[in-house]
Amino acid sequence: MANKFLHAIYDDDDKLLDAVKFLKKEGVYIEDVFTPFPVHGLDKALGLEPTRISIAGFLYGCIGFAFAILMMNYIMIEDWPQNIGGKPSFSFIENMPAFVPIIFELTVFFSAHLMVITFYLRSRLWPFKSAENPIPETTDDKFLVQIPVSDNEKELNSKVKKTDIFKIDLVENKDE
Amino acid sequence: MFVLTKKIKIFSLALIIFGLLGIAFGFYSAPSTIEEAKEIIANSHHGDEHKSKNHYPGEIHSSMIESAKEHNSEQPSGHQMSHDEHVFHQLANRPWAALYVAAFFFFMISLGTLAFYAIQRAAQAGWSPLLFRVMEGITGYLLPGGIIVLVILLLSALHFNHLFIWMDPEVVEHDKIIKAKSGYLNVPFFLARGVFYLAGWSLYRYFSRKFSIAQDNSNDISNHVKNFKLSAGFLAFFIVTESMMSWDWIMSIDPHWFSTLFGWYVFASMVVSAITVIALMIIFLKSLGYLEKVNHNHLHDLAKFMFGFSVFWAYLWFSQFMLIWYANIPEEVTYFITRLEDYQIPFLGMLVMNFILPFLILINSDFKRLNWIIVMAGIIILIGHYMDVFNMIMPSAVGDQWSFGIPELGSLMFFTGLFVYIVFDSLTKAPLEATGDPFNKESEKFVY
Repeated sequence: MANKFLHAIYDDDDKLLDAVKFLKKEGVYIEDVFTPFPVHGLDKALGLEPTRISIAGFLYGCIGFAFAILMMNYIMIEDWPQNIGGKPSFSFIENMPAFVPIIFELTVFFSAHLMVITFYLRSRLWPFKSAENPIPETTDDKFLVQIPVSDNEKELNSKVKKTDIFKIDLVENKDE
Repeated sequence: MFVLTKKIKIFSLALIIFGLLGIAFGFYSAPSTIEEAKEIIANSHHGDEHKSKNHYPGEIHSSMIESAKEHNSEQPSGHQMSHDEHVFHQLANRPWAALYVAAFFFFMISLGTLAFYAIQRAAQAGWSPLLFRVMEGITGYLLPGGIIVLVILLLSALHFNHLFIWMDPEVVEHDKIIKAKSGYLNVPFFLARGVFYLAGWSLYRYFSRKFSIAQDNSNDISNHVKNFKLSAGFLAFFIVTESMMSWDWIMSIDPHWFSTLFGWYVFASMVVSAITVIALMIIFLKSLGYLEKVNHNHLHDLAKFMFGFSVFWAYLWFSQFMLIWYANIPEEVTYFITRLEDYQIPFLGMLVMNFILPFLILINSDFKRLNWIIVMAGIIILIGHYMDVFNMIMPSAVGDQWSFGIPELGSLMFFTGLFVYIVFDSLTKAPLEATGDPFNKESEKFVY
């Protein structure tokens, strides 16, 4: 991993978007981009893969659906098929309408919660995690493009300076 | 401007002619006397299909039973309707019911489109102005289709058929329940209400279309603003009249039964079929080379509405079914018992076609942009909602004597032809793009 980074800072999301498109076209490798709010179209400009979280959500929903059916079938039909107010607990299908609210809610519950947890795991977020902002301004009004530098510092510098830049910094990675 | 091609003309006229033949055959083959009905039953019952269900007078028709019982308690000597007479009425009703189901189905598509259109205008939607003219074209069927429905209702009131038993003074005479409702369910008031609803909807359609076209040639947005106010007002009018229309035209076929969310349920069916037809029309018009500015982003939005309203329909269907099933109160539950016993395939098949298939097909975001997927899902949804109307009307009109044959197919073909002709004809009367709409630019640039 490179331990020198070029921090190109922008003060407007349109400028950032244009810069990212320009740098991509110039073949500059962009390590990361920090923005205070979602910039529409940034993922496309960076060429990021589309998220698969909705597919995961669908599968989690299927799990919840199956879980609810197995649970209700075991409890209400197999284990103790009691006559409760004349409801037909002879087979699952006969008493199914009464289970639908539970099946629905558990499907949504599993889908939503497991999807959120997946999101946290995948984006490495947890309560005592130390924040990763290179500069705190990126949470307020600045946009930052992080470009790893090896021995091509001059070349990168000239390319970045062609964009509508606010400020440019060279930083050393302190962790390594 | 859209030009009505010869192909569409021939196609729709052929459908109308074949449909008329089917309808005529339906009326020709329906029995006109009890003896003929007996003969038809004797010929069609080959063996075990009906063995398990012994037909004795008490079993057949839930609402009839009640009326018969009431009636018996009043007059022990009674003239309880015999089984044969009952079956005769059912068989005689069949071509009428087939006609009514198809007439209502296509009418409800254009009414649903009108409601969706008014919502788009009142919500100042930025994506849909490119589709306004297509929606206006579909609502062109509203007035003729509505008049046909009203004529069928008028013929029922004149005792040409036995679709609405509360229109029969003799039935009402001996039926306490219907008698108690005769303040609302009486023929003059019923017909006057029908005319009132249709007049209100058609007036909105007329003026909204007028302002919409006037907006194209004007320098300010005053027509747009008028349309906005008119649409908001119409929506308030619509939600009341739509609800009452569903009580009048559909729920009153079962005058012993009532459900509070019925209006919403019919509305959901209406609007999902309407959106589906809008989507199919757009795909078709695009394939002919019109509507260049409409792209898959617009289709994606329509497909989302198809998906969402399919789920909404299922939610209302289930809410109605489950509450009645759960409480199992005899006077309400007969409605679903007749459907589950005699209409198992259409009743449960409709759930698959209106909920499960659209849900699984249209859940994927990429699929919602593919023409063939939308066409496939759309056809499934439309057939499903035809079945929904079929399930709402047939069990009370023909009971267990239903089938899907020439009368039903003929009516369906006739109204398909009529719908296609009128809709495409009204598309030729104005440019396909509402260029003057202040949101037109936004709609062109719409990206999802």
